[in-house]
Amino acid sequence: MNVHPTLKSTLKALLYLSPALMIIGVFNIYPIIKSFAMSFYSDYDYFNDVVYERGLDNFIYIMKDADFWLAMKNTFIFVIGVVPLSIIISLGIALLLNTNIYLRGFFRTIFFIPFVTSVVAVSIVWRWVFHTDYGLLNYFLGFFGVDPISWLTDPAWAMPSLIILSVWKGLGYNIIIFLAGLQNINKQYYLAAKVDGATAFYRFIHITIPLLSPTTFFISIVSIINSFKVFDEVFALFDRRPGPVNSALTVVYYIFDKFYVEWEFGIASAAAYVLFIVIFLFTLIQLYIGKRNVHY
Amino acid sequence: MQVKLIDVTMKFNDVVAVYNLNITIESGKLVSLLGPSGCGKSTTLFLLAGLYKPNNGSIIFGDKKVNEIEPENREIGMVFQNYALYPHMSVLKNIMFPLNMQKVPKKEAEKRAKEMADLVRIGHLLARKPGQLSGGQQQRVAIARALVKQPKLLLLDEPLSNLDARLRLEMREEIRRIQQEVGITTIFVTHDQEEAMSISDQVLLLNDGQIQQYNHPQYLYNHPINIFVAKFMGNPPINILETMVDKEAKKLILTSNEQQMMIPNKLNIQTIQDEKIYLGIRPEELFITSLDEGALQGKITYVETIGRDTLIRAAIGDEPLRVIIPPDTKIKIGDLVGFGMKEDRIHIFDSTGRNISQQLT
Repeated sequence: MNVHPTLKSTLKALLYLSPALMIIGVFNIYPIIKSFAMSFYSDYDYFNDVVYERGLDNFIYIMKDADFWLAMKNTFIFVIGVVPLSIIISLGIALLLNTNIYLRGFFRTIFFIPFVTSVVAVSIVWRWVFHTDYGLLNYFLGFFGVDPISWLTDPAWAMPSLIILSVWKGLGYNIIIFLAGLQNINKQYYLAAKVDGATAFYRFIHITIPLLSPTTFFISIVSIINSFKVFDEVFALFDRRPGPVNSALTVVYYIFDKFYVEWEFGIASAAAYVLFIVIFLFTLIQLYIGKRNVHY
Repeated sequence: MQVKLIDVTMKFNDVVAVYNLNITIESGKLVSLLGPSGCGKSTTLFLLAGLYKPNNGSIIFGDKKVNEIEPENREIGMVFQNYALYPHMSVLKNIMFPLNMQKVPKKEAEKRAKEMADLVRIGHLLARKPGQLSGGQQQRVAIARALVKQPKLLLLDEPLSNLDARLRLEMREEIRRIQQEVGITTIFVTHDQEEAMSISDQVLLLNDGQIQQYNHPQYLYNHPINIFVAKFMGNPPINILETMVDKEAKKLILTSNEQQMMIPNKLNIQTIQDEKIYLGIRPEELFITSLDEGALQGKITYVETIGRDTLIRAAIGDEPLRVIIPPDTKIKIGDLVGFGMKEDRIHIFDSTGRNISQQLT
C-alpha cells in the first residue's frame, strides 16, 4: 500500500511518536545542543543562568591543561589495551563454545553474567581480587614465584588492572555476538574447504576469519566507542578516584570531575566535544577500512 | 581409480542410513547414486568423501583402504548441492584454493586454474565474485574447483537440483562432456531417474539404505529386480496390477474387480508358488485394441497430449492404468476399449515384490 502523507496522517504519527520523542528530546537531544552551546561560554553565571561572554576560552584551556592530555593519553592506552585483547579472547572463547562441548549453554550463561551485572558490584569483587595482601590474583601469581603486585595502589599497575577488569566485563557481550556470527557461516563452506584440502588452521584463516569479518567489524566499532567512554569502572575500582596519582584518569572522568566537582560546565562541555570528535574520527577511519576489507 | 565399498554400514544414533553396502565402481565410469529422499545416497557420497566415517565395513580407493583418511588427504573433488563457493573470493581464487592448499607455486596454480576455467567455459568470469554469477555459472565454477587439483574421484551431490529445467539439461550434458574429457571416475547423486538414466554408465538404486539394483540404467529399466526398481525407473511410472493366480484356467484374475486377464502362452504360471502376484507393464508397452482381443478391458478416463506422446488413463474396474499411445489414435473419454500388452515386456513380481519373470519362461 502506497499512501501519500497528509497533514492528518503526519499529525497522527507524531502523536504516536511523541512519548519517545519527548524522552529522547529532554535527555538526549537537548543536552547535546546545550552542551555544545555551553562549550563556548567563557564567562557564565550559572546561579542566574546569565552568559556574559562567549568564545573559545574553554577549548584553549583544555588544550593547555596537562590533566586533559594525561586523560587523553590514558584513554588511548586503555582503548589500545582493551579492544584487541577483548576481541581476540572473546573470539577464542566463542570458537570453543561453538564446538560440540558438554554444558555449552551453561558456559554461555556464565560468560554472559559479567555483562549484565552492575559495574559497582563487579568492581567491589575485583578490588578484592586485586588486593595486594589478600587478593586472589596475587595468591595465584605466588604459585609462579611472582612477588605481590600492588595492583590498585601502584601507579604503574593501575591501568593494567583497569584493562583486565574491562576486558573481562566486556567478554560476555562480544562472545554472544561472535557466536551469532559463527553460526551464520554455512557449514558447507567448511565441508568444501575440507575436501579442497584445507587443514583446521587454513579453514580458520580462509573461511572463518573472512566470513566473520562483518561481525568482527561491528564488535570493533562498538568496543572502541565504549572504551573511549570508560568511566564507571574507574570510579568504582579506585574508590571514586582516578587511580593513584591520576594514573587511571580518563577523558570521561576528567569531564565528570570538571562538571560535578569543579563546576566548570564550559570546560566540561568543551572536553566532551573534543572526545566526541576523536570518537567520530576513529569511527570514520574504521568505516573506511571496513569498506575495503569487509566485502562479500 | 577403482572404488570399492565392502559391507559399509553407517548409523546416526539408532537410525541406519546405509546398510551393508557392497559395490565396485570401475575406473573412469560415471555412476549415479539414485533413490528417493532419505534413502542414504547423500550419506554414501559423504562416506566416500570422508566427511562421515562408517560404523562398519571398508572403503577402498584403488588398493588402499581409506576409512581413516581425512577428506583433505583423500584426493577427491566434490561439488555440493548449493555449490558452496567461497563468497569472499573471486572465481579465480575459488578455483585456485585447492592448489593453494597443496602449496602449488602461485604462477603454476594460476595457470592450471585458468586452464580448468577454460575447460568448463568460464574463462571470461575469473574476476567476478560468486554472488555475481548465475546458477549455471556457479555450477561450472564449482566443477572447476573440484577438478583443478586433478583428483582421482569426483563426487557430485545433486548438482543440478538448483537449476531451472533447461539449464539442467544443458549442465547435464556439460558434466558428461567434462567427465569424459578428463576421464575421471565420477559419482553423481540424484533423485531424478531421468537424470540418472541419461548421464550414467551405471546406476546404483538405493532404498532405505540398501542396494536395490546396480547395473546399466537401461538394464534397470528393462529388467527391474523388484517392484521398487520397476516403479522408480520410468516416467510415467509402470502399471502394477495385483492379481490372483488361477492355475487351472491358466489365467490371472485382477484382485480389485475379478476381471480375468489373458496371459501370454509362454508364461508358465503353473510354477508360481504364491496365490497373489503383481503384474507390471510399462505404459508404452500397452496398446489399444478391440474389446474382445485385449488382455484387459477398461474405460478411458483421461486423455492428455504432451508433444509427441498421448498419455491416457483408463479405469480397469477401480484400478487406474496409464497407457502411452500414438497421438493420432481416435479415442475420447468414456470409450470402453481393450488393452493389449507386448507379451515379452510383462514383468511378474511375487508377493514379496521380487521379479520372477525369468523363471516363468
